[in-house]
Amino acid sequence: MEHGSLDDSSSSTFSIMEEDHTLANSVRFVLNQDPRVAFCGYSIPHPAENKVNIRVQTTGDPAKDVLKDALQDLMVMCQHIRGTLDTAVADFRGNKPAEAMDIDLNKK
Amino acid sequence: MPKKGTKSKKKEVDDVPNQQENKLPDYLELQRTRVVCNDDAPIYVHTFICHSSLMAFHLLIMITFITLALHMFPCEIVCLTQGYQHSGTFAAMGVDNSVSVEKFCKNFKIEINRLTEDDMEFDMIGIDASIANAFRRILIAEVPTMAIEKVFMVDNTSVIADEVLSHRLGLIPLDADPRLFDYISENDVPNERNTIVYKLHVSCPKGSQRITVKSSELEWLPEGSQLSMSAPAHSGDKQKTFTSFSQSQKEILEKPLGVKFKDITIARLGPGQAIEFEAHAVKGVGKVHAKWSPVATAWYRMLPEVVILEEIKGGKRAVVAKPRACTLCRECIRPEESEESTEGASEAQESSAPWKQIELRRVRDHFIFTIESTGSLRPEVLFTEAVKILEEKCERVISELS
Repeated sequence: MEHGSLDDSSSSTFSIMEEDHTLANSVRFVLNQDPRVAFCGYSIPHPAENKVNIRVQTTGDPAKDVLKDALQDLMVMCQHIRGTLDTAVADFRGNKPAEAMDIDLNKK
Repeated sequence: MPKKGTKSKKKEVDDVPNQQENKLPDYLELQRTRVVCNDDAPIYVHTFICHSSLMAFHLLIMITFITLALHMFPCEIVCLTQGYQHSGTFAAMGVDNSVSVEKFCKNFKIEINRLTEDDMEFDMIGIDASIANAFRRILIAEVPTMAIEKVFMVDNTSVIADEVLSHRLGLIPLDADPRLFDYISENDVPNERNTIVYKLHVSCPKGSQRITVKSSELEWLPEGSQLSMSAPAHSGDKQKTFTSFSQSQKEILEKPLGVKFKDITIARLGPGQAIEFEAHAVKGVGKVHAKWSPVATAWYRMLPEVVILEEIKGGKRAVVAKPRACTLCRECIRPEESEESTEGASEAQESSAPWKQIELRRVRDHFIFTIESTGSLRPEVLFTEAVKILEEKCERVISELS
């Protein structure tokens, strides 16, 4: 749920249930990359309660939209990660019979 | 710290005309992309997220903070791991610090180092610590698995108490793909879609040696429970059991379900003792109980970087052989207390002290991930499931907001 002021939609706090650092920290990172965001952070009011507060203050755009965009960006990033992993696994399996040994990444 | 960036930006703008686009001075680039390891304990500073517009205000705050800090702590304050996250950190220098999705997709790489049926080690390059940590947390606590939850004891004359035996059974990893099953809640009837039924009936005959009951003796019942709930109303009717399977699980699943590791000791029986029970396994997540965690563990570390600052004397040239194998024990940079160095050593001697010749760093966006699976799913499948779960979380919040 969103706690904000009625006349100023550019700053508000979003209180999300059943979430913890897993999602909140990732969303906070993605929000920070958005140039429309002036301030963002998250806090967990009490560790025994499964709630997280995400604060977003923007340079004019409604905070809700900016948060939604950040979540969409995070989803796109996740999909990209999945795709990259699948290609990497396929490559690894394809190369394995030829090499029969570990790819030597220690050369770095 | 973004504030440090702000301070030097002022100097930089005054001295050098703004012709070098996207070029940070070396020391800032170092702070932005590497975490420097010192020989003492890490001093954590909370990430300060600043207004990109209120520069003057922050300059004032930051100067007071730095002067205060220098008085309080003798060594440099370094904000580890988190780094400069705000997109406008170096805005006035003309350097774009943002990580847009396009840039991320272009620069992100995964390199697999080792991939077996049980574990995998791979490198994720170009990702931030918060997302890598999110995957680690989801792998440990939120990827579902099947584990034994309810045990219907018929006979237990062993020395292991009922509840202890049940606890041990719950921790046995099962070789069942949790994606083929549904969750079960309080009011649901256990059926073939949400429960797996196992049975065990062992006894140690009188006069023989003690026997060990191994997990391989757990028998899978694809037809469902065989224990009857109550005596049948009419003698010809089918007895009501604890589960109601409408069809055999053998038709739904391709391979037979069993335990993953056959040599786990469940109990030991002396002569004349017996164990008989039926166990129901359901789907759950590690958040509720660790038996439902699909990984033995999953962890990541940042890629270490060992840099030799000065020439190390001694005949041949010293080169770092395998920086990836560095465990960051910091022995190479630990200052040694020796008598000679404290008794008026010259400047030249001090600078060539061995612990000052090496710098230990970690690359901020290069993570070496290791996943050890307990066997229900392959490690790469586990990671894919973890990524899917993060996507689902985002979707859930988006739909809540709309």
